[in-house]
Amino acid sequence: MDTSIYWPTFLFWFFAAVCCMFAIGVVLATNIVRMAFYLVLSLAASSGLFFLAGAYFVGAMQLMIYVGGTLVLLIFGVMLTSQAKFVSMKTSQFDWTLATLAGFCLLAVLISAALANPEWRGLERAEAEALGIPQTATPLGMGLLGARVDAPKRSGYLLVFEIVSVHLLVVLVGAAYLARAKRKRSAAVG
Amino acid sequence: MITLPLANFLAQPVGVSQFVIVGAIMFTCGVVCMATKRNALGILMGIELVLNGANVNFIAFGSPYLRNDAGSLGMDGQLMSLFVIVLAAAEAAVALAIALNFYNNFNSIDVDRASQLQG
Repeated sequence: MDTSIYWPTFLFWFFAAVCCMFAIGVVLATNIVRMAFYLVLSLAASSGLFFLAGAYFVGAMQLMIYVGGTLVLLIFGVMLTSQAKFVSMKTSQFDWTLATLAGFCLLAVLISAALANPEWRGLERAEAEALGIPQTATPLGMGLLGARVDAPKRSGYLLVFEIVSVHLLVVLVGAAYLARAKRKRSAAVG
Repeated sequence: MITLPLANFLAQPVGVSQFVIVGAIMFTCGVVCMATKRNALGILMGIELVLNGANVNFIAFGSPYLRNDAGSLGMDGQLMSLFVIVLAAAEAAVALAIALNFYNNFNSIDVDRASQLQG
């Protein structure tokens, strides 16, 4: 039985700890800018988790789209809506207790479900080390274009790809229109 | 090679369970964030956490390193994650536009101020 450190496991626990700590930090922080920063760190750490699970392309896209795009947009939003001296908006203690209680119940249910299946415990070390580095970018691209080269019996994702592309265009136009600068009308009209 | 005095904690590969637990913690943090924050952008951050927790789940179920049996999602997990990331970005853009409009009209980003439609 090999008892030396299996580095992917060590890296998993490191990234998982960073991810969860900063996610809890987002909940507990009161300053909106600190919440945004903790969210950036949490999502960057979850990108590390994606890399460890073999999803290299998705991990890279997470860093580019989520961290580099969506969160920058969120931080711009924070800057545009910040009020004088960060007016503190506190939630009542009752709401906090209720939400934490519900959160703990949800977490208990999810964790018990996660630990319930013995097949999900993990591969043997020799088996895991024997797996090579799978190539995922090309099969992903082919799958998006409709040709599943990894599992030929499953359907491709061409329709979803087209729908999402049009969706992005619509969202682009819609968000730009919604957030446009409006000209103030003059008081006396006709 | 570094050997450990304790048996096996860092010596065995992780499985789907550990990834699902991380996803569950992120999801719960997102839900509590959505429920307790009064800042509209704080609620948006909760939404991002929820979607990311679901993404971690998808990736875990589709990973060849974590489960190798016939029930694995394979490439479907990664494809679904990609779509979740894209849709989350789109939804964040629209939600931010709405929040900006709200701020410009009410000069406050507090969602408790949005009570004009209240019965």
